[in-house]
Amino acid sequence: MTSPAPIPDPREAPRPDPAAVPALSIDGVSHAYGPRRALIDVSFNVQPASFTALLGLNGAGKSTLFSLITRLFGIQSGRVGIFGHDISKSPGEALRLLGVVFQPRTLDLDLSLTQNLLYHAALHGISRREAAARSAELLGRIGLTERAGSKVRDLSGGQMRRLEIARALLHRPRLLLLDEPTVGLDVKARADIISQVRQLVTEQGIGVLWATHLFDEIMPNDDLVVLHQGKVLAQGPMSRVVTATGAQDVNTAFMRLTGAQTMPGGGA
Amino acid sequence: MSSITTRDAPRGFSMQEYLTCLTGIVWREGLRFLHQRERFVSALVRPLVWLFIFAAGFRQVLGISIIPPYETYILYEVYIAPGLMAMIQLFNGMQSSLSMVYDREMGNMRTLLVSPLPRGFLLFCKLLAGTAVSLLQVYAFLLIAWFWDITPPSSGYLTVLPALILSGLMLGSLGMLISSGIKQLENFAGVMNFVIFPMFFASSALYPLWRVQEGSPYLYYLCEANPFTHAVELIRFALYGQINWISLAVVAACTIVFMIGAIWAYDPSRGLARRGPAGGEG
Repeated sequence: MTSPAPIPDPREAPRPDPAAVPALSIDGVSHAYGPRRALIDVSFNVQPASFTALLGLNGAGKSTLFSLITRLFGIQSGRVGIFGHDISKSPGEALRLLGVVFQPRTLDLDLSLTQNLLYHAALHGISRREAAARSAELLGRIGLTERAGSKVRDLSGGQMRRLEIARALLHRPRLLLLDEPTVGLDVKARADIISQVRQLVTEQGIGVLWATHLFDEIMPNDDLVVLHQGKVLAQGPMSRVVTATGAQDVNTAFMRLTGAQTMPGGGA
Repeated sequence: MSSITTRDAPRGFSMQEYLTCLTGIVWREGLRFLHQRERFVSALVRPLVWLFIFAAGFRQVLGISIIPPYETYILYEVYIAPGLMAMIQLFNGMQSSLSMVYDREMGNMRTLLVSPLPRGFLLFCKLLAGTAVSLLQVYAFLLIAWFWDITPPSSGYLTVLPALILSGLMLGSLGMLISSGIKQLENFAGVMNFVIFPMFFASSALYPLWRVQEGSPYLYYLCEANPFTHAVELIRFALYGQINWISLAVVAACTIVFMIGAIWAYDPSRGLARRGPAGGEG
């Protein structure tokens, strides 16, 4: 991507230029906790301005992969690049372009919404004045301006998640990772968050990696990576993955790929 | 490649960015401290119990001869005040380490560690923030102690500051080093038993070392080797406008060693990496 992300035609999912640097490139990554192998030779890319769903059951290795991408764990083998910056070799440049929403909540419950945002901004070296302006703008965008001064503890689960997404965007990353962000939310809150994130992809050209075990969060035009027991079983546009397995929907496709007998919790 | 991918992200970080990050971390730690009033109260009550009850009871038992930096006979309360100041910092250092384990379990530590600034710098900021909190506690203690007739020279309140900063950093980095090895919150009881109590009792905080030497030469050597003894002595001398050079050297050296150890232990390719995923899900 040599120029700012083009405004994509909403009817057509943006197909990235193959020569462009991927927002995220995972290249032959393996990881083990002692004798237990959590990831085995995992490779895939997330393109800028694309929505990539990382589909896997609990224990598939999604959280381990997120910990590696965010440099919480060291890479044992393989390579992780963020817009071409190797996370091991130049973590500063890589992390600057990355926004993360972890699965467990990571907000300071006793601090206010604004204080949480200002703290995050400081961690990225954003000056106080700039941080205050961006916080106000983001709080407006997620509809929580009136709550700016209240304690995070008093927010609902969905509001906390929206705040976490806003926080992850504060330093204007170009790649956003979300680890099962809708877990434990009601239908309305889920829908809000999904549409908010999809908007980021189409309007701001952000590359999104969305880890989930919920099939109904994936759209036909999304890129799909199926992770099972530490291995990538299939990847590509969701519709193609489904067709390749001879299935009608992603649910069946997933079951055929993994040989799973039981339905994982599909949205309930 | 980088020229086209990082058009809006210049390489490296400016001094201003480092400074913003530092003040942000100290600010957040201060806010959290203000919200945890019980922590402040218990941080104050602990040394005050020692001062008001223990010291009053022991006053008649332990005679203190004139030893530097004191120039006259002193009450036992006056003797143990610097030890109690160091104790406040010891507890605070370990409590910050507890909060790091808690933070790591709760995910707040993740927010800190995904900052693009160098990880060693982030941990150093965290240490400074913890030290700043311990300074608040120590000066609040000194204020109350003043009413209890513990009245060091007024310039001592200023000269003790650098000593407190250094000892706070040493005890904080020791706590951080220990926290990197603690998997779960419950293990903090073990830290109390195996770190805080031995360090506190095998030191010059409660009794001058010449008295310990009379009782047991081995314990004396142990006390002399205890970095906490030197933190206490550094504070004691600084409170009376003097420098105990040996203690200064020991505390400075220990600070450097513990800090490097802690930063090493939090290196992503070590410490954390050996453990399973923090979220409990793989």
